[in-house]
Amino acid sequence: MKLKRKGLVGLALVTSLTVSACGNSNNEAASPSSSAPAQASESGAPVVNEKPYDGQKITIFAVSHPWSDALKTQIPEFEKASGIKVDFQIFAEEQLQQKLAVQLTTGAESPDAYTYRPYMEKILYSKNGWTTPLDEYVTKNSEYDFGDFSKATIDASTIDGKLMSIPLWTDQFVMYYRKDILEKNNIAVPKTMVEFEDAMKKLHNPKDDFYGFVARGQRNALVTAVSSFVFSEGGDFMTNGQASVNTPEAVKGFKLYADLVKNYGPKGVLNMNWAQAIALFGQGKAAFYVDSAALYKNTTDPEKSLISDKVGFATLPAGSAGSKPYNIASWSAAINPQSQHKDAAWAFIEWATNKQNVLMIQQNGVPGARDSVWASKEGIEKFPADLATAIQDTMKTGVDHNVPQVMSVTESRDVVGAIVVKALLGEDIQAAADLANKELQAIIDKDKTK
Amino acid sequence: MITNWLDRNIKWVFMLPALLFIALMVAYPIFYTARLSFFEWSMSAVNPSKWIGLDNYITLLKGKEFWDALWITFYHSSISIVLETILGVAIAILFSRKMAGAKTIKTMMMLPMVATPVSIGLVWLLIYEPSIGLANQLLKQLGFETQEWLGSVTQVMPSLILVDVWQWTPMIALITIAGIATIPSDPYESASVDGANAWQKFFHITLPLLMPTILTAVTLRMIDLVKTFDTIYATTQGGPNFASQTLNLMIFDTAFSRFQFGYASALLMVFFIILIVIVLLLTAIRKRLGGLE
Repeated sequence: MKLKRKGLVGLALVTSLTVSACGNSNNEAASPSSSAPAQASESGAPVVNEKPYDGQKITIFAVSHPWSDALKTQIPEFEKASGIKVDFQIFAEEQLQQKLAVQLTTGAESPDAYTYRPYMEKILYSKNGWTTPLDEYVTKNSEYDFGDFSKATIDASTIDGKLMSIPLWTDQFVMYYRKDILEKNNIAVPKTMVEFEDAMKKLHNPKDDFYGFVARGQRNALVTAVSSFVFSEGGDFMTNGQASVNTPEAVKGFKLYADLVKNYGPKGVLNMNWAQAIALFGQGKAAFYVDSAALYKNTTDPEKSLISDKVGFATLPAGSAGSKPYNIASWSAAINPQSQHKDAAWAFIEWATNKQNVLMIQQNGVPGARDSVWASKEGIEKFPADLATAIQDTMKTGVDHNVPQVMSVTESRDVVGAIVVKALLGEDIQAAADLANKELQAIIDKDKTK
Repeated sequence: MITNWLDRNIKWVFMLPALLFIALMVAYPIFYTARLSFFEWSMSAVNPSKWIGLDNYITLLKGKEFWDALWITFYHSSISIVLETILGVAIAILFSRKMAGAKTIKTMMMLPMVATPVSIGLVWLLIYEPSIGLANQLLKQLGFETQEWLGSVTQVMPSLILVDVWQWTPMIALITIAGIATIPSDPYESASVDGANAWQKFFHITLPLLMPTILTAVTLRMIDLVKTFDTIYATTQGGPNFASQTLNLMIFDTAFSRFQFGYASALLMVFFIILIVIVLLLTAIRKRLGGLE
């Protein structure tokens, strides 16, 4: 084990050396082959090959998410229609990130395509040459109707004018609450942060294992959640390219979140990511929960939740600057530039994000990125009615980011998340915010030199 | 001619495959890491690495994060090794006697050792869950105050040490049991004749004769302890707020979430030196106490 750990980095280094040497030749070899189908159609060949990639095998790395579960059931049909054999591998978020980092840094040909989070990794992946520009691909098939994707999500997938990925689903930050408990205690659904806190105060009853509020408390994970509180108090992580986490507005947002978690949250919240937090809510142990709407099935599916018929959804209560939850393009699909089967990989992505599949997946509860689907009755009928309203409201007014917009996002999340963690540990929040601001500014400055 | 040359150099010829393997799989990666530790590199295929001399080492020694991680590594390893050794030797002595069911118990003791560390981490994550986990349910049943376990900055390390002790005490016990089996019976007989009691026999015969075995077990366990990664990563990922971030976790995070490969390499080199020092120290102790060679 000892040498393995050390060896892992070493080995990765060695392989990356050898592969980067052959990487260039791969690129050259790939470009003529990728234009081959186009040439065939230009020459006006009358025979349209229905299965141009018959027999090719592609590997897809996808994150463990209801989107992947829903799509997976349809893959056999795609395989039958296209003749492409799809190895669809699903990983938990953290594992996927690391697995991708290792595969891509070593220049591996697999996976051919993968899911990643442009808001987290777009700049880095593009700088490292890990994503393939897709501008040529999206226009090939007019039926695909690329213009149908919501503009905000396409902007989020574009870097330096090049489209690097196709948005798969979107995330809106909403409030989850217990309908039955609010009704029983005669509490109206909170519309402002003040009402929000009052309701928690009334319902918080740790003696009987019932908490007013539960939300993420892990340093890195909580940043997306606290962002909406910071925005709703009028702050932001960065203003005009400068760190601004220690402004009075931002600190007010951080403090509000920390206070709610600290005063009305369960024990051990510091080690909670969304999975632990939503599980607790699903076990009927908390009155309120805030997180991405895309996770709602965890609370309404009777197999995962004891309170499946008692969950209500609403737009995030308004802070002193109004209700400003985030609304972002969450995960998207990209193609590995080293892939030997880029066209087959694109065929897969095109199929996975066509109108039928986006609708099908949205009917499974995953908010998609296609405007036409949101405009249709079928697109929203499967969501709980109050959730659909909350999502659509948030899409109209939401903020387009939920982490600092820098290249070293993980590092910056650690810095920003520490503000809340320190507040939860009872330290002075302004001092923590001042320090974090300095550190975040250092990250921003360092990014410019890269 | 050739046979003559072979005869003269036969020792090198036989060693060649092993030497080649070590050169390629051990020496080369280490030297490569050492070289990389003087560069700044995000593993980019497009942007080349940049020579920055000793900057990585200076950042490392100046930064609080490294010293914190070093302390946490030391804290976790030293307390775990002491507990595991004491418990392991005690268990070994208990089970080295002939008793009913000893074999079954020995087999059961092996179970934590053979389970995958990540699944062990996940199981303990559930046990430690503060609201619905087994540990707090148990405390509540017994009428004690419930604890935060992994969710608290102060309790996270003791909680992780408990997992490590649970998982690895059997290893020390098993090695010690093997050692006890090799102790001859005549010293005990002559001690009995001289009228020694059980404690005297233990401290003056069993323990000295077992010392080399115990020290070997401690060395093996210590090296693994310093490098503990999987269980901690599966339970806390170094949190809350870096409270369980050992050196190994810090290095992994630096390389694979922050993409600072130069800095990670510098950390690795320091870690490598620390490991070598520990092994040399333990070997020296073993030579003096255990009368090796």
